[in-house]
Amino acid sequence: MKHRTPWLWGAALAVYAFLYLPLAVVVIFSFNDSQLNAQWVGFTTRWYAKLFADGEMLHAAANSLAIALTAASVATVLGTMAGIAMQRWPTGVLRALPGLVLTPVAMPEILLGVSLLLFFREVLDLTLGLVSILVAHITFSIGFVAIIVRARLAGMDESIFEAARDLGASPWQTFRCVTLPLIAPGILAGFLMSFTLSIDDFVITFFVAGVGVTTLPLQIYSMIKVAVSPEVNAVSTLLMALTLTLIFIASRLAPDALKVKP
Amino acid sequence: MAILEIRNVTRRFASLKAVDDVSLSIEAGEFFTLLGPSGCGKTTLLRLIAGFDEPDDGALFLDGAPLAGIPPEKRPVHTVFQSYALFPHLSVAHNIAFPLRMAGQNDEQIRQLLKETLELVHLADKAQHFPHELSGGQKQRVALARGLINKPRLLLLDEPLGALDAKLREQMEGELIALQREVGITFVFVTHSQQEALALSHRIAVMNCGRIEQVDCPEQIYGFPKNRFVADFIGTINLLPVEVREASHGRLRLAVDGLGEIIAAPAAGLKTGERGSFALRPEQVRVAAAGGHHEIPELHNHFHGRVRDFLYLGDVTVYKLELDNGVLIEALLANSAPGRAKFFEIGDTVSVGWRCDAGVYLRD
Ligand SMILES: Nc1ncnc2c1ncn2[C@@H]1O[C@H](COP(=O)(O)OP(=O)(O)OP(=O)(O)O)[C@@H](O)[C@H]1O
Ligand SMILES: [Mg+2]
Repeated sequence: MKHRTPWLWGAALAVYAFLYLPLAVVVIFSFNDSQLNAQWVGFTTRWYAKLFADGEMLHAAANSLAIALTAASVATVLGTMAGIAMQRWPTGVLRALPGLVLTPVAMPEILLGVSLLLFFREVLDLTLGLVSILVAHITFSIGFVAIIVRARLAGMDESIFEAARDLGASPWQTFRCVTLPLIAPGILAGFLMSFTLSIDDFVITFFVAGVGVTTLPLQIYSMIKVAVSPEVNAVSTLLMALTLTLIFIASRLAPDALKVKP
Repeated sequence: MAILEIRNVTRRFASLKAVDDVSLSIEAGEFFTLLGPSGCGKTTLLRLIAGFDEPDDGALFLDGAPLAGIPPEKRPVHTVFQSYALFPHLSVAHNIAFPLRMAGQNDEQIRQLLKETLELVHLADKAQHFPHELSGGQKQRVALARGLINKPRLLLLDEPLGALDAKLREQMEGELIALQREVGITFVFVTHSQQEALALSHRIAVMNCGRIEQVDCPEQIYGFPKNRFVADFIGTINLLPVEVREASHGRLRLAVDGLGEIIAAPAAGLKTGERGSFALRPEQVRVAAAGGHHEIPELHNHFHGRVRDFLYLGDVTVYKLELDNGVLIEALLANSAPGRAKFFEIGDTVSVGWRCDAGVYLRD
């Protein structure tokens, strides 16, 4: 086996380079003292300064944050309920019902974007804007929360919930004093996950945003249509840092749901 | 009046009757055991008492009041689960105080009761620990304390000692008896271990395939099993096929197939000519060297045999004996002589006998 190792190391290195070099380039050039993404001139933070003085950008960021917070909150409540239901209903037709919230997780984003757009415009006759973005983000986040919460519950001894009832706790007390504290890390992880998904989402938001409202990813897209400016590098770097931090925290809180291996 | 009355209770799962027309009456202060092989419906019956499940037929009464439709949290009945089911996010103290919190008692009452209960189960020094920091025996005691703290009418225990090793189980058996005596709460204990049942219980109900086979005190269950299932399930027993030759008051004569006649303790309602089994415990069989001065002619049931095999168990040795005409019988002798594993060698001819009042006749 030993003689194969250099090959494997080489292949692994190539994959990691492929994955992370583009990201590294973005980060490096966000600190580059040049208008062009061509060669390293010197270290600067002026693109960040410019970013924080850019009204449009700040407005988009504020939108993104507000949407992400609201969507994640709503999706967390609904997803938690779905996750618990999935765990509790043992078999049969009812089992499929909460399972249906998982579909958006597997659905191609563009399909979800188009179908939501059609639904909002043709069926509901809704004016596209903040509300439509919110509903769309909640839709695709619920499934992720449900999966995480369910995984957390699945690792637990069923009889502790019966024990709670047995010892005098009403169904509501059982939920408040036993179920909720035990799945809290999963719920928090689900919230962070939803928040990340919402703040990063481009495809679905692009379809349902309408003309009035812009989010951070949409704003970045409209800027790179002209050129990839260092300011775009800077905002991308910040977004990346935020996302990675949240995912890291979430994976710590719910290792069973977000682990890499099956 | 009985504290718990179970009347003709049946619970079906599809075509399977997990509990089949069970009637039981459990007295206040009793240590009552449900004993039976795996899958005979013990847990199902406990769940019906606790309120996690409702019977399809029949009814349960606690202190005379029907239990139907009352949810588990409203029944003054607590359960100790086989897996302990401790709350992993709560400390020992909070686990044990859980029923009091749920009942809305104030902090002062809780503190007082908690202190007493922790001492009762010798866990005062572990109060601030979490369940994952405890040994199996300690978890067991937390589960017991949690079930007892607010003085339920009934404590149900579903194979609580199943997960412990042999040594610890023995120790916990002793603690359980002492605890039950001290708190005076009625225990309904489930086990598939006959030793546990015999050692702990005031009364035992032997279950098989959802039905109750016999309810009696341990000595009766062991000494006078009502049928072949009970005889076979509790301990080891010799079962000899017999025919009744004479059944009058004061005298029961049986013909053992291939062996000859024996005398057994009389029983009511037997008819000459009916067939059944004669059940004899191995420790009731007496064995002596043939021809030696220890022979046992004074016993009426008296045969010659040969030692076929033996099994040394430390405190006792089990001998497999072949009687004159091929009938096999097991005898158990205590190893009273220090340093000796056996009294006989394979192939030795021996004298075998038992008292006229030993053993029971069982109808087929
Ligand atoms: N919820 C259920 N659905 C279908 N069948 C069940 C259910 N619960 C129990 N059974 C069946 O009922 C029978 C009795 O089960 P039960 O758990 O009461 O046995 P037990 O005596 O407690 O056995 P053990 O000693 O192994 O715990 C078994 O055949 C079991 O498969
Ligand atoms: Mg069981």
